[in-house]
Amino acid sequence: MDLNYSTEELAFRDEVRSWLRSNLPDDLRQKMESYQELSKDDLLRWHKILAKKGWVAPDWPLEWGGTDWNAVQKYIFEEECGFAATPPLIPFGLRMCAPVLLRFGTEAQKQRFLPRIYDGADFWCQGYSEPGSGSDLASLKTRAARDNGHYMVTGQKIWTTLAHHADWIFCLVRTDPNTGKRQDGISFLLIDMKTPGITVRPITLLDGSQEVNEVFFDEVKVPAENLVHEEGKGWTVAKYLLGYERMGTGRVGASKRELERLKELAADYRKDGRPLLEDPRFRDRLTRVEVELMALEITNLRFLDQMRRTGRPPGADVSMLKIKGTEIQQAITELMMQAAGPLAQAFRPVDAMDFDHFTARLAPRYCNMRKATIYAGSNEIQRNIIAKATLGL
Amino acid sequence: MNFDLSEEQQLLGDSLKRYLTNEYSIDARTKIVASPTGWSETVWAAFAEMGLLGVPFAEEHGGFGGTAVDVMLVMEALGEGLVVEPYWVNVGLAGRLVARGASAAQQAQILPALIQGKRRLAFAHGETSARYDLRHVGARAKRSGAGYTIEGEKRAVLHGAAADTLVVSARTSGADTDSGGISLFLVDRATAGLTVKDYRTIDELRAADVWLSGVTVPADALLGAEGQTLPLIEDAADYATALLCAEAVGAIRYANETTLEYLKTRRQFGVPIGSFQALQHRMVDMVISYEQARSMSCFACVKVDTAGAAERRRAVSAAKIKVADACRHVSQEAVQLHGGMGMTEELKVSHTFRRLTMIAQTFGDADHHLERFAAAG
Repeated sequence: MDLNYSTEELAFRDEVRSWLRSNLPDDLRQKMESYQELSKDDLLRWHKILAKKGWVAPDWPLEWGGTDWNAVQKYIFEEECGFAATPPLIPFGLRMCAPVLLRFGTEAQKQRFLPRIYDGADFWCQGYSEPGSGSDLASLKTRAARDNGHYMVTGQKIWTTLAHHADWIFCLVRTDPNTGKRQDGISFLLIDMKTPGITVRPITLLDGSQEVNEVFFDEVKVPAENLVHEEGKGWTVAKYLLGYERMGTGRVGASKRELERLKELAADYRKDGRPLLEDPRFRDRLTRVEVELMALEITNLRFLDQMRRTGRPPGADVSMLKIKGTEIQQAITELMMQAAGPLAQAFRPVDAMDFDHFTARLAPRYCNMRKATIYAGSNEIQRNIIAKATLGL
Repeated sequence: MNFDLSEEQQLLGDSLKRYLTNEYSIDARTKIVASPTGWSETVWAAFAEMGLLGVPFAEEHGGFGGTAVDVMLVMEALGEGLVVEPYWVNVGLAGRLVARGASAAQQAQILPALIQGKRRLAFAHGETSARYDLRHVGARAKRSGAGYTIEGEKRAVLHGAAADTLVVSARTSGADTDSGGISLFLVDRATAGLTVKDYRTIDELRAADVWLSGVTVPADALLGAEGQTLPLIEDAADYATALLCAEAVGAIRYANETTLEYLKTRRQFGVPIGSFQALQHRMVDMVISYEQARSMSCFACVKVDTAGAAERRRAVSAAKIKVADACRHVSQEAVQLHGGMGMTEELKVSHTFRRLTMIAQTFGDADHHLERFAAAG
């Protein structure tokens, strides 16, 4: 047992670290560090820098522009990105649509979509949830009726992240409403967002941000060639994606950086004339989060090591990385907000004045991060998955 | 980076597990606990036979020169089997003091006998007001003639009555809580003026209160440099704490396995109670506690072998915080999910509950280690 990175792994880490240092634009890093919202242009700028370097899709096969990195190297890369405060890579094309196409797509679909996902030409979003279908995804109702060479799609998706930026959406739709099992009769469809009949309506979240949307489909005509895998087999595709989704949700590198930031803040803010960091009650809560994060990092590495040794894809166990990772992210944003005390009330300036924009981001971030335990399969659903698949309950 | 276990490590863990499965049933254990000494010479001899008593010690003394990770695997198995014999105190604690601090002559005298199972040690350090402060030593040793005379009292000395030799801390200078001035002495059980009062602990081990009244020892009973043994004590305490975390991991593993089994077999309202989501989610949280505790136990065991004092302190405290929390969480939930049965002495899980409860506050509870972690920076 050796918990230190090997010489080769350290060399790889240093290579990634120094490349990030010289290639991450300052303005993007500053935006990330001061918790400003990123524009579509910001996101794409970083995507294209990575694409040019050949690092935008480490998981993809080499022939499509991926890397031959092993699981530990991929982990190091993600952690270094988190630690360097790079903008996030939007996962819908790179980490969701692409693996599906690689596994289930036709050669024509791969040729048509993968290069454009890779270089950022197409911005993708994910059409899964519906107003009546959240955790119970298989109850979805958006209807796609086959009509000669196309499908007519009618229905509604909700919580569609960044749909207002998107060129394409991949959707789970119901192609056969009359099956015995609800999981049957669902299909996986790729839809051009410019198609007539699509309306995107933004939803304002509790922190005032606009990142999710409702997407309405009113007799939207989709060419049948945009069906992925067989008609009625969309649930198989959706399940395949689940494992992929959860492995990256620990976000250890980003949380480490945030924790360091929290310590700096707690050293600056005063309580009774002393740094807040020296207050035993605050400090103990911070320490507990720090210890949780240490444990998560090692657990994450243990799972990676297991994957490396057995060559098996991630099992249901990785659901616990999502549970712990998101709990930690929430705890850090909460402590940051609490560290600011009464100053955390600030939100947006009304009068033009010297306004402390940074502090005014702390409470909104706390509010926004409540989403983490809800999205990508709520933490309760993750517990259901472990109970069923790992524990056999 | 790898979490691989060598073939030897696998074999060691497997053979011990096999032995415990065959020879250390809960009934066998109950008989041992009720025996006059509270531990079994037969089991101890078997441990010696398997080479377990020599895992971390140098080959020149008959040991294997193993790492803390090697001992970790033994401790996990002992935790799972809920073993009451004084392995941890001998190999992880007092043995560490001897291996790290004793002279060559002292080691040659003690370690081969310990490894062969012929001689047992205990560490007489804690005192009434010391709580978890390792510096707090009120017992005094004065030079007298060619040796020392020791006065004082020691509390909750784990497996003190089973020991042939006590490693006793006593102050040769300074005030009760000074860092300097603490000395260690090897005190034979038969020494005049030494009184050892044996008692059973809630988790069915043995501990003793020890009185030293005019206990006279020769000069060569001094272990380590006079007045300068605090770093040695801290090293041994951290090493032992890391291993205790491993014992907890084994005990938690058992508690989880038996609770899961119970959820699948116990029926109420016509169905297995494991079909209730309220219980499923609690079981999942117990499993997460286990994985997180196991990660931190590995981390601490690797660090006590490889890190400098500051990093070691931080790692061990982090592990103990997480493990103490996991001990309480899992033990309480295991009893709760077993319902009334969890309250009975009949089930092993109630014994595991008691052991986990005590591990949580041995060598410092979570509060103590939160303080120490923050102080370590």
